[in-house]
Amino acid sequence: MFFQQAPADTGAYMIAGYAVIFGVMAIYLISLVIRRRSLQQDLQVLEEMEKKEPPQ
Amino acid sequence: MEPKPRLLTILDAVTAALFAIAVGLVFFYAPTEAVMGQVQRVFYFHVAAGWVGMLSFLAAAFAGIVYLRTGRRHWDIVGVAAVEIGIAFIFINIVTGSIWARPIWNTWWTWDPRLTTATIMELIYAAYLMLRQGIEDPDRRGRFGAVYAIVGFISVPLTFMSARLFRTIHPIVIGSNQPGAEGQFDMTPRMLQTFMFSLLTFTFVFVDLLWHRVRLGKLADHVEQLKLKLAA
Repeated sequence: MFFQQAPADTGAYMIAGYAVIFGVMAIYLISLVIRRRSLQQDLQVLEEMEKKEPPQ
Repeated sequence: MEPKPRLLTILDAVTAALFAIAVGLVFFYAPTEAVMGQVQRVFYFHVAAGWVGMLSFLAAAFAGIVYLRTGRRHWDIVGVAAVEIGIAFIFINIVTGSIWARPIWNTWWTWDPRLTTATIMELIYAAYLMLRQGIEDPDRRGRFGAVYAIVGFISVPLTFMSARLFRTIHPIVIGSNQPGAEGQFDMTPRMLQTFMFSLLTFTFVFVDLLWHRVRLGKLADHVEQLKLKLAA
């Protein structure tokens, strides 16, 4: 380290690291949104079916 | 369906603002480390992701205990939500650690005690989700899940302490240093401020995500109940 002039050139690894961090977080957030939408659609259909079904 | 609480909207905004500030601190405020260079900046979110992962598993174990005591489905939903978030963040933690290790340790992976225990922890909780998938009855699923989350939590302190108990090359951020650690560095005040702010930010991220995921879980539960009612 005595002769080292400047820090190691590791910028590409930093970019890769933050790409993973932001990427995984974004995928997780998107998955929450997609799952919520899908469940809301299911709920809508089920509620309509419940209304149509004659009372027992 | 429950409308989104106002407090959750505020929490979303605060979390987003904190996250933006944390990113700014990491890239523009914290100095470049003298030896490792830019890759050292991964450390701030790498540790914060590990913190969120472990906090999530703690929350899952807590939810498991409360579920077993009360039998309320709400706590089962909290448990699953916490485990799911924990898996995502420990995955970030492991992968970013591997990326950092490539230029610093000259390898993507080594079976070091910290890396090994973290991987085992991740796999234990991935198995938790698989176990739940295989159980149809919601009460049985909840009980099994709760016990598993409590027992599985043993892996969390083991992972945290592994770098302190065993010979390892993994650096220790808080507490005494390992003589064999490679990639250790002394934090300057700016680095420390950025690090602490990142931990705070990720704690907000955890609470915010958990709240959203619990709401999703409740919606899924409601849909499941309605399906069962219509099928009967």
